[in-house]
Amino acid sequence: MTDTVLKVVNLTVKIPTRQGVLRPVDKLSLEIAKGKILGVVGESGAGKSMTGNAVIGLLDPPAHISGGEIWLNGKRIDTLTREPMRAVRGKQIGMVFQDPLTSLNPLLPIGDQLTETMLEHLDISASEAEKRAIAALEEVGIPGAAERIKSYPHEFSGGMRQRVVIALALCAEPSLVVADEPTTALDVSVQAQIIALLKRLCAERGTAIMLITHDMGVIAETADDVAVMYAGRMAELGPVRDVLTRPTHPYTQGLMASTPLAAKGGKRLNQIPGAMPRLTELPAGCAFHPRCPIAKDKCRADPAPTLGAGDGRAACWFAGEAGP
Amino acid sequence: MSDLVEVKNLVRDFDVSAPWLNRVLERKPKAILQAVSNVSFNIARNSVYALVGESGSGKSTIGKIIVGLLPPTAGTIKIDGIDPAHEPDKAKIAAMQVGIQMIFQDPYASLNPRWKVGDIIAEPVTARGGKADGLAQKLLEQVGLSGADVNKYPHEFSGGQRQRICIARALAAEPKLIVCDEPTSALDVSVQAQVLNLMSDLREEFGLTYLFISHDLTIVQHMADTVGVLYLGRLIEEAPREALFADPKHPYTKMLLEAAPKLDGFGREVEPPKGEIPDPIHPPTGCAYHPRCPIAVDRCTKERPEMEQKGKGRVACFLAV
Ligand SMILES: Nc1ncnc2c1ncn2[C@@H]1O[C@H](COP(=O)(O)OP(=O)(O)OP(=O)(O)O)[C@@H](O)[C@H]1O
Ligand SMILES: Nc1ncnc2c1ncn2[C@@H]1O[C@H](COP(=O)(O)OP(=O)(O)OP(=O)(O)O)[C@@H](O)[C@H]1O
Ligand SMILES: [Mg+2]
Ligand SMILES: [Mg+2]
Repeated sequence: MTDTVLKVVNLTVKIPTRQGVLRPVDKLSLEIAKGKILGVVGESGAGKSMTGNAVIGLLDPPAHISGGEIWLNGKRIDTLTREPMRAVRGKQIGMVFQDPLTSLNPLLPIGDQLTETMLEHLDISASEAEKRAIAALEEVGIPGAAERIKSYPHEFSGGMRQRVVIALALCAEPSLVVADEPTTALDVSVQAQIIALLKRLCAERGTAIMLITHDMGVIAETADDVAVMYAGRMAELGPVRDVLTRPTHPYTQGLMASTPLAAKGGKRLNQIPGAMPRLTELPAGCAFHPRCPIAKDKCRADPAPTLGAGDGRAACWFAGEAGP
Repeated sequence: MSDLVEVKNLVRDFDVSAPWLNRVLERKPKAILQAVSNVSFNIARNSVYALVGESGSGKSTIGKIIVGLLPPTAGTIKIDGIDPAHEPDKAKIAAMQVGIQMIFQDPYASLNPRWKVGDIIAEPVTARGGKADGLAQKLLEQVGLSGADVNKYPHEFSGGQRQRICIARALAAEPKLIVCDEPTSALDVSVQAQVLNLMSDLREEFGLTYLFISHDLTIVQHMADTVGVLYLGRLIEEAPREALFADPKHPYTKMLLEAAPKLDGFGREVEPPKGEIPDPIHPPTGCAYHPRCPIAVDRCTKERPEMEQKGKGRVACFLAV
């Protein structure tokens, strides 16, 4: 397939700690094609950010990639050393984090931040860069962009700052954007604005987007495919409508039934007993088995099957048996 | 019987001026932020009243005033017919105040890490010199934990379990009203359901009344009997749950419902809402929503609309039908 932008194969991230070696990401595989949005969902601690950070080459030590491969536009990037990876990150991968201030330099006007990024990665003149900076800010809906390029990050509201970050992530025209909880800190109305913006940019420019969030509603409205993570592993992966309306992994099934809308006003919500285990206390076998309504002896003994990107949907020995 | 909570013309101002010396030197005027602006609503006994609104709309401030953590600047609050600001009988006020408990968003911050769970839960009773033998065990079981957990410390529990401990502590005071400020927003979806179900069960079992503060409309739709919508410190719409979600009257409520992501909204194209919440220190004149409102007319920019009965609820909009 030529239009695969990101391909992750059996990615494993390890963290050596005093309690032993933890695996926040364990044999994870996924793919994103040009112009597509892959939603990555899961509970807090499931390994979503670790996955995103591994892809952009920004894992905080002692966390490190210990196995698997990451391919971007047909080139392997997980084996790159620091400097070449830095170039890839600026030019081919854009990043948007939950807190826009982590991506912005507080001491530099936003226009300079945009032009600097462009001059570093694109072969254009300074005046062309400034023209493009204004266009980029206009594109993300900053009113009065021509004047606002002189403003500093603190002079913008949270929602506006996140737009600036998106402009910054996109200005070098990357083929992949990794967005980690880009709207979690924002109000509903601003969230709707940012989501609409990401969707439009993805459609118009063919950018592939990895959208990390714990909000299933955002995923439903935005993503083409969705990856459901649980305790560092891929639990279920497939087209968003299939996974959300006809989940086959018992965890996804429980999750969908426990979200309030499913019960529609007043009725009791489905409960998944217990909570996701910490990485230091992972049970033997499938990590979900202590909470799983259909767990059998095999689940207590053997780890769940590993999902390849093109394989079936759910990493479960008995997928689909419980019925949605 | 009268409603359990009666809030009338509630106002809360915060002085957000720079320190006076800076103010004098920089010739800056005093700055007042009106976090709650003339809000009136009642909460019926054994019901769930939800306050919704975006960040900074005044939800938490109203909650804190009702539980007595913050004094109001103006207006009155009656709980069970008692107005603490005007009640001469101190004992009556004290009795009323233990009957109101609060559950906060962050179950980590609201439990003392050095206390055993049993002591934390019994505290509202022992603090008043009451006997608490076996109370903590009983309450822990009531919220779905084990009675043996009394000797553990908060850090030994997960987020959802800690929120249950907070709920158990609130129950120890035998409250009539529980103010819950974003009780599940720090919790994961699969755990959120456990806590919401527990709250529903306890409401039936103990005849509790809840003031439920949340910005999550799907949770509100699930939990509330009545919903009040706040914008920039003002109550702009109030209606029974079904009426509000089926037929929102205020343009802001309409926008909120439209903008909220839907679990079944596959491929939905939302016309993104206009603008952002204005600076609360300099709120717009007239209706605070008029700069973002798609149907605003001249009058909306000059005159503040009051809450009026329309259909099954109340709404503060000149143009609502
Ligand atoms: N330095 C570290 N030492 C030990 N464990 C760590 C370290 N950093 C992260 N972890 C663990 O790695 C796991 C994955 O973390 P990650 O940040 O990817 O989760 P997430 O899915 O993004 O969660 P959230 O929704 O809370 O952002 C978590 O269980 C976390 O506790
Ligand atoms: N102690 C204070 N001093 C000054 N301003 C305050 C204080 N407490 C609250 N405010 C302001 O009052 C307004 C209402 O705040 P409040 O915390 O009630 O909002 P909220 O609706 O609970 O928002 P959120 O959803 O973010 O919790 C905000 O503009 C806030 O900045
Ligand atoms: Mg994360
Ligand atoms: Mg609040």
